[in-house]
Amino acid sequence: MTTASRSRRDFLRLSAAAFGLSFAVPGLELRAADARGAERKKSLLTIWLSGGPSQLETWDPHAGTDIGGGADGVKAIQSTIPDAQIAHLYPQTAEQLHHVSVIRSLVSKEGDHERAAYMLHTGYRPEPTLVHPSIGAIATHELSDDKVEIPQFVCLGDSPFPPRGGFLGDKLDAYRIFNPGQNGQNLRPNVDTDRQQRRLKNLEVVSQSFRRGRGTLVDHTLHQHTVDAALRMMTSEQLKAFQVEEEPAAIRDAYGRLSFGTGCLVARRLLEVGVRSIEVSLNGFDSHAKNMEAHVNRAKELDPALATLFKDLADRDLLQSTVVLVIGEFGRTPKINPLGGRDHWPTGFSCLVGGGGLRSGAVLGATDPSGQKAQPETPIEVANLYATVLHTLGVDYAKEVITPIGRPMKYCAGTPINQLLPEPVST
Amino acid sequence: MLRLPLPVAKIVLPLAVVVGVFVVVGASARTRVMRRPPADAGRITTDADSVVAKVDRLFAKNWADANITPANPADDLTVLRRLSQSLHGTVPSLEEIRVFEADLQPHRMERWVERLLADRRFSDYFARRLARVYVGADEGQFVVFRRDRFWAWLGEQLQNNRHYDEIVSEMIADRGLWTGVPEVNFITAAVNDGSVDVDKLAGRTVRAFLGQRIDCAQCHDHFFADWKQGQFKGLAACFSKVSISPVGVEDNRKEKYTVQDRKTLEDKEVLAEVPFHSEWMPAEGTERQRLAAWLTHPDNRRFERAIVNRVWGLMFGKPWIEPVDDLPNPNEAGRQHDDLLDVLGGDFREHNCDLKRLIANIAATHAFRLSSDHPESESPERSTIIDNTWAAFPLTRLRPEQVIGAMLQATSLKTIDQNSHWASRTFRFFQELNFVKEYGDLGDDELADHSGTIPQALLRMNGEFAKDRSEGTPFSAPGRIAGMSPTADRCLDLCFLVCLTRHPTAEEQAQMLPQLEDVRGDARKNAIEDIFWTLYNSAEFCWGH
Repeated sequence: MTTASRSRRDFLRLSAAAFGLSFAVPGLELRAADARGAERKKSLLTIWLSGGPSQLETWDPHAGTDIGGGADGVKAIQSTIPDAQIAHLYPQTAEQLHHVSVIRSLVSKEGDHERAAYMLHTGYRPEPTLVHPSIGAIATHELSDDKVEIPQFVCLGDSPFPPRGGFLGDKLDAYRIFNPGQNGQNLRPNVDTDRQQRRLKNLEVVSQSFRRGRGTLVDHTLHQHTVDAALRMMTSEQLKAFQVEEEPAAIRDAYGRLSFGTGCLVARRLLEVGVRSIEVSLNGFDSHAKNMEAHVNRAKELDPALATLFKDLADRDLLQSTVVLVIGEFGRTPKINPLGGRDHWPTGFSCLVGGGGLRSGAVLGATDPSGQKAQPETPIEVANLYATVLHTLGVDYAKEVITPIGRPMKYCAGTPINQLLPEPVST
Repeated sequence: MLRLPLPVAKIVLPLAVVVGVFVVVGASARTRVMRRPPADAGRITTDADSVVAKVDRLFAKNWADANITPANPADDLTVLRRLSQSLHGTVPSLEEIRVFEADLQPHRMERWVERLLADRRFSDYFARRLARVYVGADEGQFVVFRRDRFWAWLGEQLQNNRHYDEIVSEMIADRGLWTGVPEVNFITAAVNDGSVDVDKLAGRTVRAFLGQRIDCAQCHDHFFADWKQGQFKGLAACFSKVSISPVGVEDNRKEKYTVQDRKTLEDKEVLAEVPFHSEWMPAEGTERQRLAAWLTHPDNRRFERAIVNRVWGLMFGKPWIEPVDDLPNPNEAGRQHDDLLDVLGGDFREHNCDLKRLIANIAATHAFRLSSDHPESESPERSTIIDNTWAAFPLTRLRPEQVIGAMLQATSLKTIDQNSHWASRTFRFFQELNFVKEYGDLGDDELADHSGTIPQALLRMNGEFAKDRSEGTPFSAPGRIAGMSPTADRCLDLCFLVCLTRHPTAEEQAQMLPQLEDVRGDARKNAIEDIFWTLYNSAEFCWGH
């Protein structure tokens, strides 16, 4: 390393700023959390209950009935919504339920995990020739924020079917954090600053050779763009949002220190930075055998985390700007099978939705306490739920985009659910 | 009775048995392959009457019409890299590069194409690419769908160069258990919630084997092609007799296949029917056998055009017509000399649907041998013309399997193939699964246009895998290059050869040689690691060119 041309010196100066001194750059507004109320752009937070949670052991208990499991089955407790009793496994959530609304009559036609996860991420049934974007990707695409240097669509946890960017592009696939609380993977260089600089300088030279005679053709690959964006991300102050060490111990305890609770806490920190769309997933709801045991076990993680999340978002005045959705790919059969389990049930399942200015405290739809009728009262299509969510986020849900194969496609084929909106929309 | 001392009986004997089993299994899993170039000059020709010459004339005319000069021919090492990437999913090893460079006999490239096609790595890799089309990328139904068995079966068919029409007929029509008769996984991949989704099978059949999309005709008539909903249901009915039971896939469902009429809301029976040229459909056989015979009928040009477009896509990283499975109808008057799919498809039919021949033909075309750089590429307008007329080899994003395959091969100087130690192969298998998971799978539509993403850049720059792949250990290429190259010059050359299959340019030497000169021990090892890192992260490494 004996030569130091002018351009090289410039490069070193720039990269020194990028690599060690970024904390010294003053004046940038880094935290979207500084803005509150109507000034704040809205975000979407999905709590994804992977495997298909039972509506009966969560938000729609039919305590004391056959389908509720009789005397040994689920019990109902009163929540802070007058019309809503929920499963006794969720005492803490029951105290915070007034922040959101309950839907008990979601219907879909997909009873297979992968296909249903697609449906519940996109509002569309899977099609062989097209991949629809998840609503998180749509929100990120429509509402992206230049001030955010870290990924604006983040998926926390090891969900088997993460949300995708679909025809909006791979760049809108959710950025995955498999172990919440640890910094995102692959964000630190493996070598010291000197070596990293040497590597980058080498890369510049090799890129130049490849660019020769390929000019615009290489530009179209966006390779350099993604490398630059990755380098910018690696040095961003906002990365701290992925870490929870500086949170008070009491808060960490309240969320729970397991992976899922930590994920919810990270999600709140990401919201503060201005990340547009976040999914936190909790696996293990696929209770084909010993349904009650599985749900007792899941509730131990979900209840404290969810209750703390609702309260924390409300206390920090973030709930008005965050649509929160608690949902899985389908519900479970009213009938309990011989293994004490419940199987897949895509007609008449539950979710919680609220925040972002949506009405709270509403209870929509009802399922048959005898389990005889497959269809619930006032069935609600997934697409209508997502039209509601997109509309609330400020996205034109009916916007038609032309897919790469030239086929026009609406973001969402549903219409908003007026009971959830502060002001009805006419369609 | 012979009495052995206790330690021998308790420890040594079982150990010997275990070792013995490993040795025997390991040896039998290895096949004898040539370490020298093959002798015969290959089966295809490039004289004026050959299909290769016809394709070249077609391109020459297109370039003249667009008033553009094609790029210069790519050098042989670049073409070798292309071939390894598209046929083996990896890059040439240093070992292979050395043999290739020492091969000075005529028709070197043609012979090497033959050699690559004869290699087991081709059938394994190509089977996985094609399997995405036939059974999709979804996980599929537990128990009744066995992707691993399907891969192995398809690989075997490719290795033996079975006629493609026969392979397809077996997938469509065979009966039996998903484990013992793996081709039936084509059917069981469409099992959803315990029953066979005949609509999915109909849609997939037409996309995979006719290169057309009729899925939308499931609910309504096609917007721009002449597919009617009734035609779709007729095709779906071809699969309506399929039953799944513990003995496997059978054709003995008794219930009638009915569809609700949208207007009258009555259930109407639908019979097995094909949308055009029903005279190609024999009267005898099960519905599935009749469908297979119709699909693969010698006059059904959609069949050959579909596979030609797809193989073209797998070789170039971009199909001739996009999307790969939405081709225009063939000209009813007969094959057209200015239609690439007809030209290559005609030869494919005349030679018994020989996939390896099709690949060799494409590899011999002028278009495949062009460089990916073009003097006019600085102008955006001219770039579009270059792109549209294939006047330069296209730049396309490599599949995650190709990127990891290239990294794994680059860290080993020897070829990693079926003759490698089982541990290397197992290692590759698991590393590949993890890497693909993090890099992001492309799903079914892998030949669509994809750009790179930031998480991918991060994974290559900082990921554990990339770190391991550039670490200078006594067994890795970086470590061995550090140990065996006496001069900085030679050391840099080896790094470039194993990673990029080329020699460094003068600018690259000027930049990197000083880092290698007069350094010893760890400093030298670090310098080589840094060069490997650089090369792994270059667009040149991650994009097909």
